[in-house]
Amino acid sequence: MHELSIAEGLLDIIKEEMAKNNVTKLLSIKIVHGQMASVVPEALDMAFKALTVDTPMEGVRLEMEEIPTRVRCCQCKLEFSPVEDDIYLMTCPQCGAELGHEILSGKELYIESIEAE
Amino acid sequence: MEIPVIRNILEANDRISEQLRNMFRQMHILTLNLMSSPGSGKTTLLERTLTDLKEEFTMAVIEGDVMTSNDAKRVAATGAQALQINTDGGCHLDSSMVLQACNQMQLDDTDILFVENVGNLVCPAEFEVGEDYKVTILSVTEGDDKPEKYPLMFAESKVMILNKIDLLPYVDFSLERATRFASQLNKDIKVFPVSARTGEGMDAWYEWLRQEVATKKA
Repeated sequence: MHELSIAEGLLDIIKEEMAKNNVTKLLSIKIVHGQMASVVPEALDMAFKALTVDTPMEGVRLEMEEIPTRVRCCQCKLEFSPVEDDIYLMTCPQCGAELGHEILSGKELYIESIEAE
Repeated sequence: MEIPVIRNILEANDRISEQLRNMFRQMHILTLNLMSSPGSGKTTLLERTLTDLKEEFTMAVIEGDVMTSNDAKRVAATGAQALQINTDGGCHLDSSMVLQACNQMQLDDTDILFVENVGNLVCPAEFEVGEDYKVTILSVTEGDDKPEKYPLMFAESKVMILNKIDLLPYVDFSLERATRFASQLNKDIKVFPVSARTGEGMDAWYEWLRQEVATKKA
């Protein structure tokens, strides 16, 4: 249930950004999460609903985009995305090296934009 | 209208964690975030460590639990300073809770601060609390497949303590298998097989603590 803490962080940022931009009605939120951030979209959606019930933000749409893990091999420098059941060892398809690769993407967890009026 | 934001959702936690880390650096306090399942023997391991090293180091403990102050009482009985945080249902400690706890403690001259996280192998790994290192405790009664099943926790940890090795004759737990999985996830992980009950293996863990305290003070 770390999604509840994530939803709280989300709300704080949104309130700040809305005040800064002088808007009062929130329509939707776009969130980008990397595969390695292990966010469960359904759980985040549920946590956000629970925190906003009976508030003006109730019913706001959460759009979530997952960024796949992308690494550069520590041995042969090949850039690749690890296959589904190998996301921790990350065996290089070219030279077989495991672990210690440079992570290019997949750890993201941020709000990209909000739509409001 | 669409408003671009691009802000890290956990930025509040990360910011306070960084603030704590700076404070601990200036005070030369080695800070360890202890994580495990409930019942792995974290508190017993701490009690023994606090007792055995009390002549050498000044140590303090922040105890995170969903409810009760039982653990803080056990730890305080060793003479160490202990403060309980109840998360009231929360599954992990975050940096603002640890900051609040630190403000209520007297940490001058502390050599080691242990943050005993809520018993849970998932969420605590996501939230930094200003620690130097994460330490995961796995007991042999839990099964040697845990590093494989809860990879993030082991991948992020500097140390894995395999506790309750006095029970090895009674359970199907392979030290070699658990160590192999953990090292695959994290090739630099240090593994200490111990029994916090009998004291077996604890010396290697103490030796590591001594080295890290010395490094922190250097």
